[in-house]
Formats: sequence, structure tokens, C-alpha cells
Amino acid sequence: MTNPELVIRKAVWKGEEVDLLVADGKILDIIPSSDAMYEGAEVVAARGYLLMPSLTDVHTHLREPGFEYKEDIASGLKAAVHGGFSNIMCMANTSPVNDNAVITAEMLNKAHAAFPNGPRLFPVGALTKGLEAKELSSMHDLADAGCVAFSNDGVPVKNTELFRRALEYASDTGKPVIDHCEDPYLELGAGMNEGAVSSLLGLAGQPDVAEAAQVARDLLLAEYLDIHIHLAHISCRKSIDLIAWAKKRGVKVTAETCPHYLLLTEEAVEGYGTDTKVNPPLRTADDVEALLQAIREGIIDMFATDHAPHAAHEKEVEFMVAPCGISGLDSALSLTWELVASGKITFDDFIRMWTTAPCETFGLPLNSFKKGDVADFFLFAPDEEWTLSPETMHSKGKNTPFLGQTLKGRVISHFLGGKKIV
Amino acid sequence: MEWRHKDLLDISQLSKEDVWHIFETATYFQEINSRPVKKVPTLKGHSVVLFFAEPSTRTKTSFDMAGKRLSCDTFSLAKSSSSLTKGETLKDTALTLEAMNIDGIVIRHWASGAAAFLAERLDCSVINAGDGRHAHPTQALLDGFTLYQEWGALEGKTVLILGDIAHSRVARSNVIMLTMMGAKVRFCAPRTLLPPNIKSWPVEVFSDVNEASKGVDAIMCLRLQLERQQAGLLPDVREYSRYFGLGPKQVELASPNVKILHPGPMNRGVEIDSALADSASSLVLDQVASGVAVRMALLYLYLTRKK
Repeated sequence: MTNPELVIRKAVWKGEEVDLLVADGKILDIIPSSDAMYEGAEVVAARGYLLMPSLTDVHTHLREPGFEYKEDIASGLKAAVHGGFSNIMCMANTSPVNDNAVITAEMLNKAHAAFPNGPRLFPVGALTKGLEAKELSSMHDLADAGCVAFSNDGVPVKNTELFRRALEYASDTGKPVIDHCEDPYLELGAGMNEGAVSSLLGLAGQPDVAEAAQVARDLLLAEYLDIHIHLAHISCRKSIDLIAWAKKRGVKVTAETCPHYLLLTEEAVEGYGTDTKVNPPLRTADDVEALLQAIREGIIDMFATDHAPHAAHEKEVEFMVAPCGISGLDSALSLTWELVASGKITFDDFIRMWTTAPCETFGLPLNSFKKGDVADFFLFAPDEEWTLSPETMHSKGKNTPFLGQTLKGRVISHFLGGKKIV
Repeated sequence: MEWRHKDLLDISQLSKEDVWHIFETATYFQEINSRPVKKVPTLKGHSVVLFFAEPSTRTKTSFDMAGKRLSCDTFSLAKSSSSLTKGETLKDTALTLEAMNIDGIVIRHWASGAAAFLAERLDCSVINAGDGRHAHPTQALLDGFTLYQEWGALEGKTVLILGDIAHSRVARSNVIMLTMMGAKVRFCAPRTLLPPNIKSWPVEVFSDVNEASKGVDAIMCLRLQLERQQAGLLPDVREYSRYFGLGPKQVELASPNVKILHPGPMNRGVEIDSALADSASSLVLDQVASGVAVRMALLYLYLTRKK
């Protein structure tokens, strides 16, 4: 056996105390814990900490180029690695839009300059030029430059013919299309659910059928064309019922949901707090229950943060004019860990949703703690409490409805490719 | 009764006792309005900014007059004459005004929640004079006061609200106030002009204006914004007027002493028959008179509250 360069000693993995051996940036072995000596190896005492494979976030907005005051690639990656993530996929709604290889290359250069040893950035190319939903973008160029998927996230493609052609053209590159499911005619960007609370608050609401109608369109197209499609930030029961129906029929579909859809309901908007304004909007308790059940049944495949940082002055305005979005990278791990701790989802679901499913779906480096896997992992203190505050957040965006809350579970140290980053 | 509320954002913040107290106080101030010299020194030395970021004639004039009759200094600020047109945020406008050490802000704003936004950030009293589709508490109080003066009590009465309820802050605040005071409320409007989730509201909903009018004690018409037609919410004004407007037939079906209210401005011949607006059953001008008295009461209670 090659000599390990790094030994993580007495950490807990799946209930067992183990030693993790790392060499050449890869996992050499995981063995029952011992006091064996490994000459020349760095040994990290990890008793009491959980060992976790690094997480992958398939849906972030890092704002660079164009909106660096909200977030830049370096600050976004910093928040990511402190939040437990090794892989980040970032959407194309930058300025200029990431619809050409030059922008993609620049994003990758910036990421490498800030964090040469990771976390890794995987850009998502624009599905249409300028995200204008008029002409297809140069997807082969984008894929060659490093884009791992294509999306018009933030600007749904309402023209079904164009969307069909986009799915077909993208399939030639082997990269999936991620759709932002929203019928743009039904109160685009309202920022809150249409229902009892919007009615009382006198705010325009977006009904859940705005999402579900587009989900239905996408599923029918995916089946007809026999092409895989990924559905972004699913928020409601109606969409889940449709996805379950499609999966039974063998449609190639994967879907994500975000922590805030599992922990908050439309009632959070009472008081007009703009940090609760998100698209799709926070839904009802029934939708939350449906999402949790869908995770347990494997209908929802993965988590995503939909990390959408904004500057404080942009959110400290009237609800109707505030931009949509929650800054999520710093808190997503602790928030979803709470779902495991409270028994709402299992540890296995948690690992699948944050690591295996996203990596397999988008062809990213996977660490499932098997020999030869890339050594991306972190030590996690599951019971350690911390308060989410502007000071404890690494993202420039402090816009989160969870601000001030005490969260449980924290990253103690994070290793990427066998190197300690945090 | 000691008044402890800092802000008036909506009726839901008030108790039934609070509303009675406002009515009693307004009754007292209404007497001042009928004197030859309509000015008392009650709020001398106090200052209030009337911040109207949306057009208004009657509400602004009513607050202005209410303040002046109590010797309160009132300062008007409209969106067109403020730095909002230069891109200043609502927060900065508010902080600027408060730095001038005022006692209260009366705000009318196009965004739901704008009054709450200010109230969270300011130490002075904020009185909501209408925010988006959300609330218009002073209108609801003056409507309630007008009916209270007619009936003595609202308990057991049935009020029909007719018209564009979906976009109406007046309807929202009135439902809360009328039901709190023991009245029953009916809505009648085309489905496109009803709020979502109407089933959760404490009201009876009708789509037939004749059915809705049967036996009611008061009918409150709401102004139809003519742009609703362009927004695709109704086919044309003629059809709306015929099927959802208030005419003599509905008055015949209502209680013999039915009262007619309208928060104004009225589209005569659209949501209300012109003759009915001027009829003996109409309380439209009483509402305007009540408005001044109620707003005097509110300025008095909020500006002299126990801090």
C-alpha cells in the first residue's frame, strides 16, 4: 500500500469510528480506527467529529462579472468552502451574460486564482443569447470552455418551440438543460405565493400552478424527445405530483429543491420582510410536507441553495421593488442538517441529496468515500451551535430570513484534494 | 382611555374598544367642525408630515384640515416634489424627515407594506393613509364612524361591498373593521376582481348583484379603475356596469332604509348610478365630513399618546 500523506484519525463515518487515509489527493482507504503510526503522514485528531464528503451545490449566483458589489467569485467560493461545499455550479445571469466562451474562461480563471486547490467552480452557460429567449447560445463553445449545463435561470423560456430546440441542441453536447419552471404570464417574480397571506398583505402573488404548468410542459417535452432535463428549485406539491408521474413513466428527469422551501412557509412574509422574497416564492405547510415526502421517496433528487446574494440597500426597500433571492451558501448545510437531526430525512438521503445525485447528474468529481475517490471531505461538529449573522457569513450577501437564528452543526475543517482549505 | 399605539398601520392592530374610543373622540371633534371658528389649540407645537407618494385629493386634504383645526403644523410632501423622483429610497426620505424631529408621518404609498416599512425604522408615529392594495385604516374608520352615526351600533347589520375588491385596500380594512364591530359583510364582484383565497375571508361571496343586495343595510361601492379592462380582468365597462354596478333595482331589493357609501372618487354611471349617488340614501358626503373628524381624533390620539 502507498504510504498515506494525511491521516484523519478517529472520525465518525456512518456510526463507526474510522481512520481516513489520503495520498496523492485521493482516498487511499478508510479503516477501523487504530493507533497505528504512519511515518511521514500528517495526522489530524478528529475524535468526536463526523466525517462528511464535501457537498455539491448545483445552483448558485456568484454575480461576477457585473455585480461584484453583491458577490464576486472569490467571496462566493469562500462562503462555499466554509459552508461545506467543494463544487459549485453558477448560473449565467451575470453582466455580461455567460453566453460565450470568453466569459466562461474568465470565470474559471478568477476561481482558480482565488482558490487554486478548490472549491471548484463549474459555470452553467446561458441557454439563449443574452438570456433573451430569442436565439440559442453557442452551446458547443460553452461546453468546450467548461460549462457543465445550460440554463435560462431567472428568465424562463416561454416559447415552447424554442425551448424544444434548445433541449435538442444541448443534448448534442452531452450537457443537461436546467429549467427555471415558471409560466411568465402568471405574475412573474411576484416574490410571494398567491394565497391566504398575499391576499391579506395586499401583495401580488404567484400561484403554484405557474410553476407546475411549466413543469408539466418540460416533462412532456423530455418524454417526447427522450432527453434528460433538470428542474430547478421545485417548491410545491403540484410539481412533485407531476414529477412522480413522469418518473413512473420513465421520463429522464431530475429535480432539486432548496433549504428555504423545506423550512419556511408563506407566513414568513408577514411583516413584508424582503429577505423572505424569493422566486419561486415560499409556499404553504402542505407544500413543505410534500417536498419532505418527495425527498424520502427519491422524487426530488438533490438539494441546491439557489444562493442569490444582494446588497443590503437593494433589499431595504418596499417589498414590491426588492429583488428576489436568499443568500444560502453559508447556512445551507446547517439548515438541512436540522432536517436529519429532527428525523425528517435520513442521513443517507442527506448524503444523496448533497453529494452523489448532483455529482452524478452533472458529471462532477464524486466523493462517496470509496478508495480512489477524490479526497474532498470535511470534519463536522453536528451539535455545535452558531448564530447566523453578518459577521459569521462569508458571502457578501447577508440577505437571509434565517439571520439571527441559532443553527446547529458546523464545519470544523475542510480538505479538498487532500489539502486543508479551512 | 390611555392611547399607547405608536402607529396605525391597519385596523387589525386595534381592538373593538380602541375603535369605540376613536368613534367617541371623533364625535367630540365633529362638534368643533360645526362651530363658526373651527380651530382649537389641542395640538399646538406638534408637527406632522403628509407624505403622499401617490395621488390623493380627499384623504390628503382631510388630514391637512384635521391637523390645522387642531393647530398642528402640517407639511405636505408629494412624490413629484420630493427627492424620490431623484432616486432617493423610501428609507432615506423617511430618515431625512425624521431628522427634522417631527411628531408623525401620514403616508400614502403605492407599495403594500410601505407604512410598515417606515414604522419599523422611525420613532415618530406613522399613520397609514393607504398602502398599495393592503390597507386604508383611516378610510375604514371613517366609514364605520359614518354608519355608527346613522345606526348607533353596527352589530347585526349587513354591509355589501360591491366592485373591485381584489385591488382595494378600502375593502380589506373595512372587512376587518365591520366584522370586528359585529356586522356581516358580503362581497359581490366578477371572479377576476375578487382576491385569491376568498374562501378564507369572513364574508359571503356573490356573483349575482341582485342576490347579494337582498335585505342588506348598506352598500359600499368601490371605484372601478378603468385600466382593469386593459389588464384583461373584464371585457368592457358597459357589461361591468350592467352586471355589477349599483342601480335602482338593487336598492329596491335591499333593506328599506339602505345606506349607500362610496370612498370616492366616483365613476358615475359605471359602478354607481348617478342619481343614487345624490339620493337621500347616499352617505357619500357624510363620509367626507366624518373623515375630517376621524382624522382629527387619530392625530390627537397618536400624537399625544403615552410614550
